[in-house]
Amino acid sequence: MSKVYIALQDNDVSRYIVEAIEEDNPEVTIIHNPAMIRIEAEGHLVVKRETVEEKLGRDWDLQELHLNLITLGGNVDEDDDRLSLTWNV
Amino acid sequence: MAAKKLSLKDKYALLTRDLDWEFSYEERKEAFPFEEFEGIKITDWSKWEDPFRLTMDAYWKYQAEKEKKLYAIFDAFAQNNGQLNVTDPRYVNAIKIFLTAISPQEYQAHQGFAHVGRQYGGVGARVACQMQSLDELRHVQTQVHAMSQYNKYFDGFQNWSQMQDRLWYLSVPVSFFHDARSAGPFEFLVAIGFSFEYVLTNLLFVPFMSGAAYNGDMATVTFGFSAQSDEARHMTLGLEVIKFLLEQHEDNVPIVQKWIDKWFWRGTRLLTVVAMMMDYMLPNKVMSWKEAWGMYFEEAGGALFKDLARYGIRMPKFADQIEKEKEHASHQAWWTFYTYGQAAGFHTWIPTDEELDWLSEKYPETFDKYYRPRWEYAKQLEAEGKRFYNGTLLQLCSTCQLPLMFTEMDDPTLISQRETHYHGEHYHFCSDGCKEIFEEEPEKYVQSWLPVHQIYQGNCGGPDLPGILEFCGINVGNDNLDIKGSPDEQRWKQWKGVA
Repeated sequence: MSKVYIALQDNDVSRYIVEAIEEDNPEVTIIHNPAMIRIEAEGHLVVKRETVEEKLGRDWDLQELHLNLITLGGNVDEDDDRLSLTWNV
Repeated sequence: MAAKKLSLKDKYALLTRDLDWEFSYEERKEAFPFEEFEGIKITDWSKWEDPFRLTMDAYWKYQAEKEKKLYAIFDAFAQNNGQLNVTDPRYVNAIKIFLTAISPQEYQAHQGFAHVGRQYGGVGARVACQMQSLDELRHVQTQVHAMSQYNKYFDGFQNWSQMQDRLWYLSVPVSFFHDARSAGPFEFLVAIGFSFEYVLTNLLFVPFMSGAAYNGDMATVTFGFSAQSDEARHMTLGLEVIKFLLEQHEDNVPIVQKWIDKWFWRGTRLLTVVAMMMDYMLPNKVMSWKEAWGMYFEEAGGALFKDLARYGIRMPKFADQIEKEKEHASHQAWWTFYTYGQAAGFHTWIPTDEELDWLSEKYPETFDKYYRPRWEYAKQLEAEGKRFYNGTLLQLCSTCQLPLMFTEMDDPTLISQRETHYHGEHYHFCSDGCKEIFEEEPEKYVQSWLPVHQIYQGNCGGPDLPGILEFCGINVGNDNLDIKGSPDEQRWKQWKGVA
């Protein structure tokens, strides 16, 4: 299975998004590079609004992800509650 | 009563799809005249899906927030003399290349998307292209703004616009975008939206930008990541375009494959300069070009092509060649610029001993065998007061417009040269890939504006080198030549209080 990935700017909001991603996707690998955090997973990764809100302690619109996003890889599917990245093979 | 909040999907449907209209008194073909000539068959535009479901109102909201964050950092950078915090003055030369070679192409991408965004019959594609066109305009503006601070303190930033029109190596990125923009609308999207954005810009905007941060350049990493956050959306659009075209009609598959083959090769050639920026121009290293290539091209690109195999798409042609080149490209490029440093708009240098050791470690198969001895020899010449500059002009490739500076990959001691004949003229190429691309569309490429040919025809100032460089907008003696003894280096020493 190929790896999907998402990279976020290393800042105070991303720290909570990364915590949420780790909680919802226990198998992920987290790589710290200067100024950025890269998160990889085999085949599938999901960012859930509810978990991020819990970590941040405030409402969080999933589209706010764009403010801290650097790049991603995989087929994207997004609705109000979750963004998922997938490779099928 | 408060209105019920629309779901993302409903909002996207209303604010995108619902903006379209039927044509009652004009033929649809007349309204979208470029939609068919490339041979692409679209049977149902409503199948177009934007996975982010971004609508214009949300677009403005989040882009405005991105801009506020970005400009706060630009202000802080300027107010705190951030230019003094970079590792050393050599680093700034990578940023000069960025401003002259890359930022103007953001503007070309803006123009390209504005043009093609008008040409699609499907409203989803039109809206997505409109957003991308605005993004690209934002990118060129923020980049010029960020680098204006460096322009106050360093040479080589003052004439980026004139340089991009006239300077020999800058015709490489310029012609890449001219090639894409003069293609049909679907080829443009595959070229820029898919081949370039999906795999290749990651290499520039992710590991290089992380390197900028590691070298103390807060302004560049911030505009870089801010731009790349838009690119994440562009990449998603690029992948969507490919899937959409392949799902619409099986006749599209061979056409799309041919474009993928062409644009991956063109993009790989274009990125040669980024290879050299990463391996030679960042004093603090994050990763080698070869490692970055492995992560973003081989791994990420490989995953993508595995996913696309179900449509009958295979890896881009010349992928084998590309794999071999990662061992050589940065070394061959930096050597070329070092030896033509008198004719460049930035400074060049011999890597330090620590840097040579790092390169040996990162390229165990090739560096000590082929490249380190050259640098040892260059050091010896420099010590004798005979810093080496190549005095003749280079033959340029008629497709990518890079000099014939690459070797055969199976024999790195032999320069790679290919040629073809068309209407009684000889055309030279750096590679099989570039030769094939030319032969596919010779009427297009015979019109190329090749700087070296133009110099010899007397169209670029001269005939002597200083005259040619002045024509290109270079401040001779300040912008060019070795970093050693340059005004940039002298000023840096004064600021830092070293002799």
